[in-house]
Amino acid sequence: MNTIRQKLGNSLSTSFGPLLALILLVVVLSCISGRFLRYDNTMNVLRQSSINALVALGMLFVLLTGGIDLSVGSTIAVSACVMGALMKKGVGNPVVLVAAGLVCGLVVGVLNGLLFTKAKLPHPFVSTLGMMMILRGFALVITGARPIVGFPPSVYWLGKANVMGVPACFILVLAVGAVASVILNHTALGQQIYAVGGNKEAARLAGIDVDRTINVVYIFSSFMAALAGIVLLGRISTAYALSGDKYEMDAIAACVIGGASFNGGVGTVSGTLIGALLIGVLRNDLNLLGAQSDVTQMVIGAVIILAVFIDVMRGRTAYNIGRHEQARAMAAEEARHAAE
Amino acid sequence: MGKTVAELKDIVKVFPGVVALRNMSLQLRAGEIHGLVGENGAGKSTLIKVLTGVHAPDAGTVVVDGAPVCFENPLDAKRRGVSCVYQELNIVRDMSVADNLFLGSPLRRPNSRFLDHAAMRAQTREIMGRMNQDIDPAKKCGLLGMGQQQMVEIGKAVLQRAKLLILDEPTSSLGEQEVRELFAILKQLRDDGLAILYVSHRLEELFELCDVVTVMRDARHIVTAPVRDLDRDAIISHMVGRPLDNLYPKQPAAPGDVALRVDRLGSFGVYKDISFTARRGEILGFAGLIGAGRTELFRGVFGADPVDEGEVAVNGAAVPVRSPKAAIRNGIALLTEDRKAQGLILSQSVNRNIALVTLDKLRKGPFLDSRRMAARSSESVRKLNIKTPSIREPVSQLSGGNQQKVVIGKWTSADMDIYIFDEPTRGIDVGAKVEVYNVMNALVRDGKCVIMISSELPELLGMCDRIIVMRKGRITARVNRGDDRFNQEDIMKAAWGGVIQS
Repeated sequence: MNTIRQKLGNSLSTSFGPLLALILLVVVLSCISGRFLRYDNTMNVLRQSSINALVALGMLFVLLTGGIDLSVGSTIAVSACVMGALMKKGVGNPVVLVAAGLVCGLVVGVLNGLLFTKAKLPHPFVSTLGMMMILRGFALVITGARPIVGFPPSVYWLGKANVMGVPACFILVLAVGAVASVILNHTALGQQIYAVGGNKEAARLAGIDVDRTINVVYIFSSFMAALAGIVLLGRISTAYALSGDKYEMDAIAACVIGGASFNGGVGTVSGTLIGALLIGVLRNDLNLLGAQSDVTQMVIGAVIILAVFIDVMRGRTAYNIGRHEQARAMAAEEARHAAE
Repeated sequence: MGKTVAELKDIVKVFPGVVALRNMSLQLRAGEIHGLVGENGAGKSTLIKVLTGVHAPDAGTVVVDGAPVCFENPLDAKRRGVSCVYQELNIVRDMSVADNLFLGSPLRRPNSRFLDHAAMRAQTREIMGRMNQDIDPAKKCGLLGMGQQQMVEIGKAVLQRAKLLILDEPTSSLGEQEVRELFAILKQLRDDGLAILYVSHRLEELFELCDVVTVMRDARHIVTAPVRDLDRDAIISHMVGRPLDNLYPKQPAAPGDVALRVDRLGSFGVYKDISFTARRGEILGFAGLIGAGRTELFRGVFGADPVDEGEVAVNGAAVPVRSPKAAIRNGIALLTEDRKAQGLILSQSVNRNIALVTLDKLRKGPFLDSRRMAARSSESVRKLNIKTPSIREPVSQLSGGNQQKVVIGKWTSADMDIYIFDEPTRGIDVGAKVEVYNVMNALVRDGKCVIMISSELPELLGMCDRIIVMRKGRITARVNRGDDRFNQEDIMKAAWGGVIQS
């Protein structure tokens, strides 16, 4: 009885809820709109969701440690704009350009990490908020606020190409998701990330290098943002300093819908990917149904609140079940003492 | 003698696994300072919490002003005239003295929703003036010394026209001058007709300040008597007069090499000049009152908190005390007193918690060897008899005793040399306690060095080969099993500031 309840609780606390919501949504939408499940539209949704999914995977690592990274949207722009600026300076080699974009991400990540772990800023909200503005400004400065076009075609490959009929960027998401999942579940680093988010002091006293772990997640987050920046560059064929605006919010939304907790220590790769897809489907289909983008915003906002609310209710139910069980155990103990 | 302001009648309070108060009765009279003493864990804090409405008693009645009351919450108790100054002051450091005094019930201008700052400042000046405190009501509380902050707390009670004022260890962070001032004011308030319940670890204060003293032990009332009828030794023997039961499966030790040598270790303002050695194959106990610096000392040895001076050597070689990580590499394990906040990741499984220290050793290539990890956790669960449905169970679902065993499993599976147990049996039931003692025995048999910090003297006497007593950050006594002084009374005297011959 006891264990059945707990198993039920455990399975509920995985990504089961959001997955169910996603399936329901897809079924309902394909009934309403004939166009929805068509091949080209499906691929379109996957492509649209990919950028958010990449950023969200990075964000997930940060949230797992109990942090937050608000600078990812700006990092997307910076990586693309640095590539653009280099190209303007005559760098034509696509490998060098892409590498430069990714290095940008690594540098931003190191800064974000050190601001928190070494400069001891009180909360990553502050440090990454500052970085968000600095990076946006930096992107504007190096591009003169003008869009940059005309990259070598192979730079666009990640954003534009299809592999066996599936968008390359979505395959990238699946690959990165698989790697992220293995890191979180099957490496010491993953266990350390969960441990730091679950209880920083206990992790420290168990000999875990908390600062190093935190640095790693911010570097990963910014790297993923840079990668997303390259995909976005491919999709819109343009490096633009104002691109990626508010993407940090979509990424956080995807993680939260997927069950990640702001307190750290809770969250999964599968949940996050489902969260990103859910947002993608909502965006796409409310469009198909002719809704204005402001309505779309409202629906997505409501979904975020609903998802977290369900999470809270689930936690409360589990807590109550636990309390009742404890009370029963205590009563049994008392009875035994009385009998003796 | 004044009338009875507040009374506890046959109060019973039970927590999971512990009876905190058994038929406790106490009468507090107007114009009287009532001292309350007892060992750590004797039930003093619970008593205060029942009186202030934090805990509802499971049986018995609280009487205030002759009428039985049932406090719904601390605010309710406050309204009925029971105020408490806790050891940790409830001061908002960034707010002014006046704002702190009126916190929660600010004065408003007549027929207005706006605050009447002028009136609040005037009243603050008046109340603090009555207590001989010349404090600017607009000054931020954080800028005041500890003594004056405490006066602000007492001022709150005066403002609320409290009938009973409870003070929990009020002098623990005060200097001598501040203590004298505090006592003068408490005596003045008493003479004004206030009832005061004064809880302290410092016996000399009871004799200086109190009219009546109550001693508690094992959640019970032991004695209440006018202070002039008591002396220091009488109070101590009332506090410890508990028979040593046969709870302790002590096995003879075979002390081996020195595993840990601590040399003149110090941390400014916390502990100073601490030197001792701990050997393999023995249990070394640390006795003392809460706040004596024992936990802080071993957090220092473990590298969890900074150390200012001195040296630590493991197995004969000096080691830098830098971080827990470094300490663990040198074979030191610290099982913290607060297992929920510092020992466990509650939301995570038994498996993950046990593996936490050994993650680096559980690698197979770049990956974790999940099978070996699970096997080791299962082994710990079996060996330590951890009651859990599976190793995947979140630790938060386990009972206190089983959670403690998970902490133990985490460290024993890492195979350390030196095990420091800080209050290892606090809050767990008797059966689990014996199991914890048996783990210590097994470690000692394997030639490990075990150090136990405990506030329960019988436990130290029952399990340790040597006991070191600390008081106010210093070592005040060392006794070996078999010495004449290896008994409760002498160790208590050392812990409470008495002198024992060495």
